[in-house]
Amino acid sequence: MAAVPQKTIHKYLRHNKKFPHVWCPGCSNGIVLGTIIRAIDDLKLERDDIAMVSGIGCSSRMPVYVDFNTLHTLHGRAIPFATGIKMFKPHMKVIVITGDGDATAIGGNHFIHAARRNIDLTVILINNNIYGMTGGQYSPTTPHDDVATTMPYGNIDNPFNICDLAIGAGATFVSRTTAYHAIEAQNMIKKAIAHEGFSLVEVISACPVIYGKLNKKGNAPKMMNQMKDNSIPLAAVNKLPKEKVEGKIIRGILKEVDRPEYTKAYQDLVDKLNNK
Amino acid sequence: MAQKETKMVSKKNNKPKKNIVLMQGNEAIARGALAAGVNFFGGYPITPSTEVAEIMSEELPKRGGKFMQMEDEIASIAVIIGASLAGAKAMTATSGPGFSLMQEGIGFAKITETPCVVVNVMRGGPSTGLPTKPSQADLMQTRWGTHGDGPAIVLYPSSVKESYELAIRAVNLAEKYRTCVVLLSDEVLGHMREAVEIPDIKESQIINRIKPTVPPEWYAHYEQNQKYLSPVASFGEGYRFHVTGLAHDKFGFPTNKSSEVQIMMDRLKKKITHNIRDLVQIESFMMDDAKIAIFAAGITAQAAKKAVVDARAEGIKVGLLRPLTIWPFPDSAVEKMLKRVDTVIVPELNQGQLIHEIERLAKDKKDSKIIRIQRFDGELISPDDVFKAIKEAN
Amino acid sequence: MAINKNTSKYCETRLSGSGGQGLILGGIILARGAIKDGLKVSQSQSYGPESRGGSSRADVIINDDMIYYPEATHFDILLALNQESCDKYIYDLKPEGVLIVDTTFVKNVSVMDSKVYEVPFTKLATEKIGSVVTTNILALSFLVKITKVITEKSLEEAIKESVKPAFYEMNMKAMKLGFELADNYK
Ligand SMILES: Cc1ncc(C[n+]2csc(CCOP(=O)(O)OP(=O)(O)O)c2C)c(N)n1
Ligand code: SF4
Repeated sequence: MAAVPQKTIHKYLRHNKKFPHVWCPGCSNGIVLGTIIRAIDDLKLERDDIAMVSGIGCSSRMPVYVDFNTLHTLHGRAIPFATGIKMFKPHMKVIVITGDGDATAIGGNHFIHAARRNIDLTVILINNNIYGMTGGQYSPTTPHDDVATTMPYGNIDNPFNICDLAIGAGATFVSRTTAYHAIEAQNMIKKAIAHEGFSLVEVISACPVIYGKLNKKGNAPKMMNQMKDNSIPLAAVNKLPKEKVEGKIIRGILKEVDRPEYTKAYQDLVDKLNNK
Repeated sequence: MAQKETKMVSKKNNKPKKNIVLMQGNEAIARGALAAGVNFFGGYPITPSTEVAEIMSEELPKRGGKFMQMEDEIASIAVIIGASLAGAKAMTATSGPGFSLMQEGIGFAKITETPCVVVNVMRGGPSTGLPTKPSQADLMQTRWGTHGDGPAIVLYPSSVKESYELAIRAVNLAEKYRTCVVLLSDEVLGHMREAVEIPDIKESQIINRIKPTVPPEWYAHYEQNQKYLSPVASFGEGYRFHVTGLAHDKFGFPTNKSSEVQIMMDRLKKKITHNIRDLVQIESFMMDDAKIAIFAAGITAQAAKKAVVDARAEGIKVGLLRPLTIWPFPDSAVEKMLKRVDTVIVPELNQGQLIHEIERLAKDKKDSKIIRIQRFDGELISPDDVFKAIKEAN
Repeated sequence: MAINKNTSKYCETRLSGSGGQGLILGGIILARGAIKDGLKVSQSQSYGPESRGGSSRADVIINDDMIYYPEATHFDILLALNQESCDKYIYDLKPEGVLIVDTTFVKNVSVMDSKVYEVPFTKLATEKIGSVVTTNILALSFLVKITKVITEKSLEEAIKESVKPAFYEMNMKAMKLGFELADNYK
C-alpha cells in the first residue's frame, strides 16, 4: 500500500482537537506557526520538553493547536508565566508566542525585565502593527500617520523599534524577519531556541483583514510582496546607499552574545550554598 | 465542621520545651509554608509583607527551591502559576496595592485550577493608604476581587502560632482543591512576635499532588468525575495538556458551548460548596451559655477574647465565635449562634464587611440585636472598646 | 481592667521614642529574655513609614499564663526616650506603674504618683560607652534591674543572641552600666 505523504506539521498539530483555527484567511499567524514547527522538527527536540506559552491576541491563540505543553495566559503576561515554568523545570525549552501589543504595551515591563535577567526563553513576537483580536486599535508599533480604529485621523504616536528595545534591555539574541521570509524565519527560530539566554525573533506579519483594510494595503498576497520589497538583509545595509536603507525593515540577527543565563546562575547559587 | 477547642490553661508540664522561639507573624507564615513543602516563591516587596519574601530568599536556595523577585505583583502571581503548572508548590506574599494588581491572575489560577497561595498582609487603604498600619478592609476583596463568579478559599489566623499552622493549611488546601488560596494576615499580626513552639510536622500532614499513571492519551486535566486528590499532571512529564484562561472543556481546550461551560462552572463552584465541612474552621470560645456573642476574626478576635475573659470575670455571659476560614463563610455555625444568643457584637477594622454576612444570616431572626464596632483609622480595636460594648449590651 | 489581676507575673511594657533608637530590637531582647525565664510573651510594635525619625514603639507583654491581646494598653512599665512619646503615653501608665525617661530629650515629666526614674541614657551612651546606638541596651538594662521584669541572666543571654557578634562587647558594657545606674539610683 502506498504511503500517504505526510507533512511535518501534521506530526505536531492537535488535529483531532480544536480545528478549524480562529485565524482569518491570509493571516500570517499560520505561516509563523509552520516555521516554528519546522524549526523544532529540525532541532529534533522532545515534544514533552517543549512548553509553548502565549498571552492574549490573535497570535497568542497559537499554542492550543500544537501538541506540546501549552499555556494560554493573560494579556501581556506570557513572559512571567513562562518564567515560572523555566525556573522550576530548567531542562524545558520554553517558547513564548506574543503579539506587538501583548509584548510591548501591556506586557512591556515583563518583556524588558526578562531580557535583563537573560532567562532562557525564546520569544517569538508576531508584529502585525495593530491590535488584531480586538478589531484594529493602534498598538505600540503602528506606524506614525497610519489609521486605526482608535486613531481615526492618523496615528500621532511614534512606534517602538522592538529589537532596539530588546537590545537595550539586555537580551542576548535579537533578530528580525518577516512572514514572507519563511525559511529565514525557520532558521532564525532554530538559532533562537538553541541560544542559551533570552532570545527574540520579531516576525513582521500581515494582518490583511484589519490592519491591511484600514490602511489600504491590499490583499494578503500584496501585503506579502510589500514585506519582500520593504525589507533588506542586515548584510546589505552597509553596501547600500543611505536612501535605500531608510524606512526599510532590516532583517537578520542583530545581536548574539554570551552572558550567564539566569536559571544557570540560580543553580550555581544553590550549588554554592550546598557546597557542591 | 472543625471546632477548635481552646484550652485556657497551658501550664501542664514544667519540662523546658526545646523548640520554643520568638517568632514574628510573617516569619511564621514563611516557615509554615516551607514546612508544607513550598519550593517556589515569586514576589515583589511591599510593607507589611516583605519579611515573608526576605525569609524565602534566604531559605529556598538552601533547600534547592526557587525564589524570584519579580518586576511587579502581576508578574509575581503569573510566575507562581507558571511554576505550579510545572509542578511546584508555589506562593507569593503581598499587601493591599499588590493584592489589587494580582486579581486578574488569581482568577486565572481559579479557572485553570492551578494550586497556589497568595498571602495578603492587610494594611490600611484604599490606595497606598497606611503602609505601616493594620486593617481588615480586604475581606470582601478576597471574596469578590477577581472578576467573574465563583467561590474562594480564604484563611485568617489570629496569632503567630496560628499563622504557622494556617500557612501549612493554605498550601495543603491549594493542592487539594486545585485553586488559589488566600492567606490573610494584618500589619500587627504580621509584625508581632510570640514565643512559638514549632510543631513537628509529620509527612502525613502534608498534601502533595499525585502524578497520573494513565497513558497520556487518556489523560484529561479536568476529569468530570474527578475526586479531590485525583492525579494531576505537570508540564514536562509526558502529558502534553493545554491550559487556558478561556472557558474550557475537560481536556482544557477552549469552548463556548453552554453545556461544557456549565460543567466547568459547576465544577469550580461545587468543589468548594460541597466541602464546607472540610474547609470551614471556627473557634468557639466560652460560647456554651453565652447570651452575647462576639464575632471577630484575625487580630481583632484577640482583643475580643480578652474582653470576653474580663466580662466573664464580672459574671456577664459572653463568648466569642471566631472564623479561621473567612471564605467559604461559616454559615451554619453563625446560624446556630444566632439561634442561641440575643446580641451579636461584630468588631472589625473596616467600614463593615463581616457584618454584612451576619446580617444576611440574621434576616429571618428579627429579634437579634447586632452591634457593630468599626475602626478604620489605622489603630486596633482595643479590648476596652469591646468590653464597653459588652457592658452596654448586657 | 487588666486581665488576670491575680497572677503576679502579668506585665505590660511599652518602649517608646523615635525611629532609629533601637526600640524594636529592645522589645525583641526583652521578649527573648522572658522566654528564657520560662514565661509567655507577646511583642508587637508600631512605627511610621520612615525607618529613621518619626515615632516608634515596641510593646512587650509578659505573663505566666495565656496572653490574649498583643498590644499594651495599660502599662506597668513605660520607657520614654523622647518628649513626644512621654507626653503621649503617660496617661495609659497604671497609677502604680514605673516610668523611665531619658532626660537627654525628656525635659518635662508630669505625673502624680507613678514611680519616675530620670536618667540621661543617650548622653551616657555617647560619653561612657562611646556609641549612641547602645542607648537601647543601656536603658533596657536599667529597666530590667529596676523592675525585675525578667532576670538579669536571661537579659544577658538575650542580648547575646540578638546583637551582631562585633557589637557584643560594647553592648555588654552598656548593660553593666545600666545595672550600675540602677543600683546607684537615688
Ligand atoms: C487586561 C486586558 N486588557 C485588554 C484585553 C483585550 N485585548 C485582547 S487582545 C488585545 C490586543 C492584542 O493585540 P496584539 O498583542 O498585538 O495581538 P494580535 O491580536 O494583533 O495578534 C487586547 C487589547 C484583554 N484581553 N485583557
Ligand atoms: S485579525 Fe488580523 S491578526 Fe487577527 S487573525 Fe485576522 S488577519 Fe490575523
